[in-house]
Amino acid sequence: MNISLNITKTITELLSGFMSEGAANIGAMVTIALIYLAIFAVAGLYLVLLERKIAAWFQLRLGPNRVGPWGLLQTMADALKLVSKELTGTVKADKFLFNLAPYFVIVSSLMALSVFPFTQEFQAFDINIGIFFLIAISSIGVIGILLGGWASNNKFALIGAMRSGVQTISYELSVGLSLLTMVLLTGTLQLSEIVEVQKNGWLIIQGHIPAVIAFMIYMIAGTAETNRAPFDMVEAESELGAGFHTEYSGMKFAYFFLAEFINMFIIAAIATTVFFGGWLSPFGITESIPWLGVFWFIGKTFMLVFLMMWFRWTFPRLRIDQLLTLEWKYLLPLNLLNIILMAVIVWLNLTIQF
Amino acid sequence: MDTTIKNSNLKSEEYFINMGPQHPATHGVLRLLLTIDGEIIKKVEPDLGYIHRSIEKMCERDSYQQIVHLTDRMDYLSSHINNEAVCLTVENALQLEIPDRVKVIRTIIGELTRIASHTLWWGVMGMDVGALTTYFYGFRDREMINDIFEETCGARLTMNYNIPGGLMFDIHPNFVKRTKEFIAHFKTKLPEYDTLLTGNVIFQKRMKGVGMLTKEDAISFGASGPVGRGSGYSCDVRKHHPYSALDKVTFNEVLKTEGDSFARYQVRIEEMWESMSIIEQLIDNIPEGDVQVATNAVIKLPKGEFYQKVETARGELGVYINSTGTKNPYRLKFRSPGFSNLSLLNHIAVGGKIGDLVASMATLDLVIPDIDR
Repeated sequence: MNISLNITKTITELLSGFMSEGAANIGAMVTIALIYLAIFAVAGLYLVLLERKIAAWFQLRLGPNRVGPWGLLQTMADALKLVSKELTGTVKADKFLFNLAPYFVIVSSLMALSVFPFTQEFQAFDINIGIFFLIAISSIGVIGILLGGWASNNKFALIGAMRSGVQTISYELSVGLSLLTMVLLTGTLQLSEIVEVQKNGWLIIQGHIPAVIAFMIYMIAGTAETNRAPFDMVEAESELGAGFHTEYSGMKFAYFFLAEFINMFIIAAIATTVFFGGWLSPFGITESIPWLGVFWFIGKTFMLVFLMMWFRWTFPRLRIDQLLTLEWKYLLPLNLLNIILMAVIVWLNLTIQF
Repeated sequence: MDTTIKNSNLKSEEYFINMGPQHPATHGVLRLLLTIDGEIIKKVEPDLGYIHRSIEKMCERDSYQQIVHLTDRMDYLSSHINNEAVCLTVENALQLEIPDRVKVIRTIIGELTRIASHTLWWGVMGMDVGALTTYFYGFRDREMINDIFEETCGARLTMNYNIPGGLMFDIHPNFVKRTKEFIAHFKTKLPEYDTLLTGNVIFQKRMKGVGMLTKEDAISFGASGPVGRGSGYSCDVRKHHPYSALDKVTFNEVLKTEGDSFARYQVRIEEMWESMSIIEQLIDNIPEGDVQVATNAVIKLPKGEFYQKVETARGELGVYINSTGTKNPYRLKFRSPGFSNLSLLNHIAVGGKIGDLVASMATLDLVIPDIDR
């Protein structure tokens, strides 16, 4: 099979057939953005369904099973309902910021998707500072949460937003440093090259001990950064009702909701790319069929997404001070030591390569 | 709580927040007026009255048979025990000789009620600290008890099985079999509760050393039930003033001396084991006999004051009847366990975080209609 998955090139070539080169470039960008938007809006909806189904399996229930076969259309129906709902707001809320906040959140999570190499060629935007770009973009989302909580004119929302600010800023460090540990091993920030390096063995095997430590720190910090249980301080429903999005309704609420699930996908996708060989198949079993890379990438990502859902439906929630203690007193020092360990291992060439 | 900043020039402003009457953690319509400094609780003021139904006043209007139908709406998770309390008061006042069969059945159903109440509490307790799955495990086991009740009493929650003078009708033929099945089932499922929640390191960190209540404070606030026993205050009415068939069985009064949220949690878990042991001792030896003694159609209590206390799932429920010799009580007062347990919320929550308040409140096991009659 020979499917061209280099979408940027394919679409640009197609468009430049009947327009100038500049216009074709812009046209290609817009087209790709729309394709991504469509794919991941739907993917986000199905992640919601997956979460509900997995929750049901954990909780001795059936989960959604009425709308469509096995409830497959349930989240579609939910989305339709949310689109048709009235957008409400509070009196004396800062209308401009209140309306702006959801876009920060959803745009930052959708932008981060552009750099992932789904296969060797299926990548919208291959920049040489990929990891750096991801960390930078994913921290914009917290601005939206802070704005939303502040502008809602609601104290529960404000407490949630402040918690979110504290939490995201703290755990950003651990996410960044654990990825930096792996960058020491790869020697590049570019995501496509990070995957190339792993043709000699996935990084979690190449980097053995420090890589496993980095992966564990990354998963803990990543879960915290997406504000999911056991770190869901932001919307701790038994404490704050709904947290920062208490006052949002309809589509604006849906943006926050969708962003949470896309963020979860992103965290898992980064882990897949950096630790588990991205689109590479185990032992190169499907190397001759390049498009199967998408399957491997999505498969590995969903294993990690499942892990995060497993956390959510098993663990109780931490308290805000315990959350910060965990980060500043345990994860961060461990992370710094781990970087040194990784540096020593790379320096002495103790990596495992096949 | 141990991380307060001392000698700091940084000052923050206290603010006021309304928790409830519609709030997930208040399990009903309790309104808490919180004064908070950042995340730290400075003052908790419970505000009641959102579900006040004047049950005590209605009791003055009703005959003694009718009162029983109101009391199961107070603490709806211990409906059988509430009704038993009223019936015992009336029976003691009339000096009726209650058949042994009635006493044993009342005790078995009372203990089943206690297990049902504690499983529900365990489920929502987990939810309050963020573990949503516990809810469904708790409800799975509670459902079996509700089925037993449905067969025998006709209702699953607010059952009116007691009447002054005995029981409304005999137990269902399946009762003994299904109760035994439940005990066998629950013995394998209760350890699951520990594996899922009790041993979890996050849960223990949330619970241990939080919501401290000393024995002295427990006594002076009038705490009873698992809240008092978690602080080492021996207050089990079943042990100290046995009623119905509780003097015929052997069981341990669960006492913990730590006085924190985790101690109260453990007391309830161990109480479920004790309740199972009580049921096991009685279920095979239900005596034959009548299930009621004949009373007058219109019960008139002799002139005087009558008091009876029982141990509900939440603590000590007292029923005080002041009778003038007519067919209605002149005054009827309930001493409900939830009311005094709620009164110590401010004491145990101040200085903690919002999350601690929710966790400590969950270990008090409040049922709002019980507090706000």
